[in-house]
Amino acid sequence: MTSLLPTHLPALLSLDLPWGLIVAIKTAVVLSIIPAGALILGYVFLLKMMSHMQSRLGPMDPGGFHGWFQLIGDGIKFIQKEDIVPAEADRRVFMAAPAVILISTFLIYLVIPAGPRLVVADLEVGIFYALAVSSLSVIGVLMAGWASANKYALMGALRAAAQLIAYELPLVLAVVGVVIQAGTMSLQGIVHFQANGEIFGFGGLGLPLILTQFVGFALFLIATQAELTQTPFDMPVAESELVAGYMVEYSGFRFLFFFMGEFGTAFAFAGIAATLFLGGWSIPGVEGTVADILGPMVLFTKIMVVAFLIFWVRFTYPRLREDQLQAIAWKYLIPISLLNILVTGIFKVVA
Amino acid sequence: MQKHLADARVNVELETEGMVLNIGPQHPATHGTLRVVVKLDGERVVSADPVIGYMHRGYEKLTEFRTYPQVTTLINRIDWLSSFANEVPFIHGAELLMGIEAPPRATYIRTVLTELSRIATFILFLGEMGVQVGALTPVFYGFRDREHVLNLIEAATGGRFHPNFNRIGGLKIDLPQGWIDDTRRVMAKVFKSVDDFEELLVGNEIFEVRTKGIGVIPSSVGAAYGVSGSNLRASGVDWDLRRDGPPYLAYRDLDWKVWTHPDGDSYSRYWVRMQETRESARMVLQMLDGLPSGPVMAKVPRIIKVPEGEVWVNTENPLGEMGYYLISKGATGPFRVKIRSASFSNVSILPWLLRGVYVPDIITILASLYFILGDIDR
Amino acid sequence: MAKKKIPGLIEGLGVTLRTMLKPAVTVQYPHEREDPPSRARGVIALKEENCTVCMLCARQCPDWCIYIEGHKEKRPPRRAGGRERTVSVLDRFDIDYALCMYCGICVEVCPFDALFWSPEYEYSEPRIGDLLHDKDKLGEWMATVPTPEPLEVGAEVKGKK
Repeated sequence: MTSLLPTHLPALLSLDLPWGLIVAIKTAVVLSIIPAGALILGYVFLLKMMSHMQSRLGPMDPGGFHGWFQLIGDGIKFIQKEDIVPAEADRRVFMAAPAVILISTFLIYLVIPAGPRLVVADLEVGIFYALAVSSLSVIGVLMAGWASANKYALMGALRAAAQLIAYELPLVLAVVGVVIQAGTMSLQGIVHFQANGEIFGFGGLGLPLILTQFVGFALFLIATQAELTQTPFDMPVAESELVAGYMVEYSGFRFLFFFMGEFGTAFAFAGIAATLFLGGWSIPGVEGTVADILGPMVLFTKIMVVAFLIFWVRFTYPRLREDQLQAIAWKYLIPISLLNILVTGIFKVVA
Repeated sequence: MQKHLADARVNVELETEGMVLNIGPQHPATHGTLRVVVKLDGERVVSADPVIGYMHRGYEKLTEFRTYPQVTTLINRIDWLSSFANEVPFIHGAELLMGIEAPPRATYIRTVLTELSRIATFILFLGEMGVQVGALTPVFYGFRDREHVLNLIEAATGGRFHPNFNRIGGLKIDLPQGWIDDTRRVMAKVFKSVDDFEELLVGNEIFEVRTKGIGVIPSSVGAAYGVSGSNLRASGVDWDLRRDGPPYLAYRDLDWKVWTHPDGDSYSRYWVRMQETRESARMVLQMLDGLPSGPVMAKVPRIIKVPEGEVWVNTENPLGEMGYYLISKGATGPFRVKIRSASFSNVSILPWLLRGVYVPDIITILASLYFILGDIDR
Repeated sequence: MAKKKIPGLIEGLGVTLRTMLKPAVTVQYPHEREDPPSRARGVIALKEENCTVCMLCARQCPDWCIYIEGHKEKRPPRRAGGRERTVSVLDRFDIDYALCMYCGICVEVCPFDALFWSPEYEYSEPRIGDLLHDKDKLGEWMATVPTPEPLEVGAEVKGKK
C-alpha cells in the first residue's frame, strides 16, 4: 500500500475532477475527522490520562483491550435515546443550537493544513478566518441557553458567552505576534516559514515559532482553555456547582453533538496551535510527496503534545470564579499580549 | 406562540432580585442531605437558611432501649468517617460512672486509633475540598491514601468504617502481630500524601484566590455560635480539648502542638486541618514508641450495670467538639443519652456566614466547614 | 511556611505528572482480589455442636436479626443409675444478613464459643430473601474461619482467645 501512494497520490491530487466531487470528498474527509479526533482525544486524555493522573485505571473491559470501545459505546447509547424537547422550549432554536456549534467546529478544520498539498482551502487570511469562525460557537451557546426555557440554563449560557467573548481577545492578540513574525496570515505560509527558518544560522530544525513566541504560545493555550470552557475556566459547565450549564436540557444525540463539538474544537485548536507554534506538518529535511504522507502523522503527534498540555492543566487546577476569570482576561492577559506584539514588532523591524 | 411564551417566561424570571435557589438535599456539594435555601440578588446571597433533619435516625431515642454494647455499636455510625472517635466519649462516660479505669495499654491503643481516625477523615477532607473548588484529582488521592489507614483499622478491629472496638473497661482484644510496624510504614505514607496535597492545592495560586478571604469567621462570632474544632482554631482561638479539657486519653503524656491560624477564612481551615493531619501522624509514632505492655481490659463484672448517676464527657473529635450527657439509672442500658454533635453547631453559623457571598463561594464555604450529615442530624 | 521557589501552579502539575507515571492502584475485581485481614468481619459461622440454645446472641443483637428455635430432648444418663439428661437441640438458627450490622456482639457474648467471625464477603444474592442464612449454611461458613493470629508484642497472653 505504501509503495502505491508515492506514485498515485500526486496523480490523485492533480486529477481534474468535477468541482462538486472535490467538495464532496473534502467535506466527507473533514466530517469523518471531527468524530475521529473527538474520540481519540476523549479516549486518550479524558478517559485514560485523567485516570492515570488520579491513580486509577479508567475503562478496561469494553472492547477487551483497555476499554477502547468505551466512547463508541457511549456514542451508540446516546444515539438510541429518546429525543426530548422541553415543552416550553423554542423548538427550532433548541434543535438548531448543537448544529450551530458543530458547524463552527467544521469550519475551523477547513484551513488546517496536514501536508504541503493536503489542505481543504488554503486561504490568504487563514488564521484570521479560523479565529473568526470559532466565535460562531458563542451564538450556539446562547441559542442553547435561551431555547431551553430554564432560568438556570440561561444563567449558565450568559456566563459562558461572557467568558467566551472575553477570551477571544487574548486568543487573537496572541496570534498577532506569530503573524508579524511570519509575515503572512495563511496557515500554509506560516508552516513554510517555520520549515525554512533558521535558529542562529542552524537550519536543521527549522524555526518553530514557539522558541520566539513562547509568550504567545502560553497566552494561546490559556485562551484556548477558556474557549473550550475547561478547568480552570469551566464555571459555566461546572459539575459540582449549582447550575449545570447551558446543556442541561439536552439529552440523547443532541448532547452527543455538544460533546463532539467540544472535543472536536479541542482537536481543532490543538491543530492550530501545533501549526502556528510547533511547525505543523513539517519535519525538517522532508520535502515533496513524502511530506504529504508523513505530514498528517507528524501533525497528529504535535496535536497530541498540545492536547496533553491542555488536558494536564484541566485535571490539575481548581476552577476560577467568574469574576476572577474575567479579571484575568482583561487585566492580565490582554496587556501581556499587547506587550508581546510590541516586542515582536520591534524585533521584526530592527533585526 | 410557543416562542412568545418562552420569551415571556424568561423576561419574568430574569428579575434577579429575590430569586430563591435550593441547594440540595440531593447535591454533590453538600456532603449528604443538607438543604440550604438561599435567596439571591443576582449573584450575591441575601439570606441563607439551612434545613436539616433529612437524615435524622433517632439516635437519642434508640439509646433508651439498648444495652451499653449495643449503644456502642450504634454510635459508631454518627460520624461515619471517623467512627472510632465517636465511641470514646461514651465509653469514657460509662467508665467514669462505674469508677473503672482502663489499663494504660488500652488507653494508649484507644488514643492511637482515635488519631488514626482523625488522619483518615482529614485526608479525605484535603481531597474533597479540592473537588468542591473544581480540582478533580485530589479527591482520588484522598480516597487512595485513606485506604492504608482503613486497612490498619480493619486489621486491628475487624471493621474498616465501624470498628466497634471499645468496651467498658478497655478494648475488645489486643492488636494483631506486626501491627505496630505496619502502622509506622503507613505513617510514612501519610506524611508523603500530605506533602502531595500541599504541593497540589495549598500552594496553588488558583486555590488561594478561591479560598483566601472567603467565609471569614471572626473568633468571637465563632465561639458564640458554638463552632468548634479546626474551624475555631483556624480563626485564631487556641483551644483544643485534648489539651485544655478534662483529661480523657493519653494526650497528656505526649509532646504535641496545637495549630492555629489567624485568618479565619476557608484557606486557613484547610491549612489547619492539613497541619493537624501531620501532627496526628507524629503523635501516633510517639505512642507506638512508648506503648506500654499489659492487659487491654480491666476487671469488669460479667453483666455490666452502670450505677446511677449523670456524667458529661466532651472530647476533641475530628469534626469538632463532641459530647455525651449520660444519665444512668442502674440498668444494663443508659436511661438517656444526649449527644452534642460538632457539625450541628458548625452548620448553625451558615445563615450568618453566607450573607453577601457569591454563589460559587457558598460551595467553598460548605466544603471548608466540613460537616457530616450523620453528625448534624443523628 | 518557607517561601516557595517554584510557583505553586507548576508544583501542582508535577504532582499529577508523577502520579500518572506510577502504576495505578486499582485492583481489578473480579479478575484480581484483595484479601481482607483475618479479623475482618465478613460473615458469621455457627458451630452447632457447641450451641446450647441459651438465646443470649438473639437477645443481645441490636437489630434482632437472629432467629432461634429449639426444643429439649432427653438423653440417656452418662453412667448407669444416674438421672436422664436434658439437652437443648437447635431446630432453627437463622441470621438475616439483610439486617445484620456486623457489630459482633453475638460472637462476643456467646458463652460456649459457638459463633465465629470469618472474613468471607462474597455472598451477595439477587434476592433479598436469600440473605437469610439458615443453620446448615452457617455451618458451612465454619470452613472459612481462620485460626486466631498471635497478638502483638507486649500483649498479655492469657489462656483464652
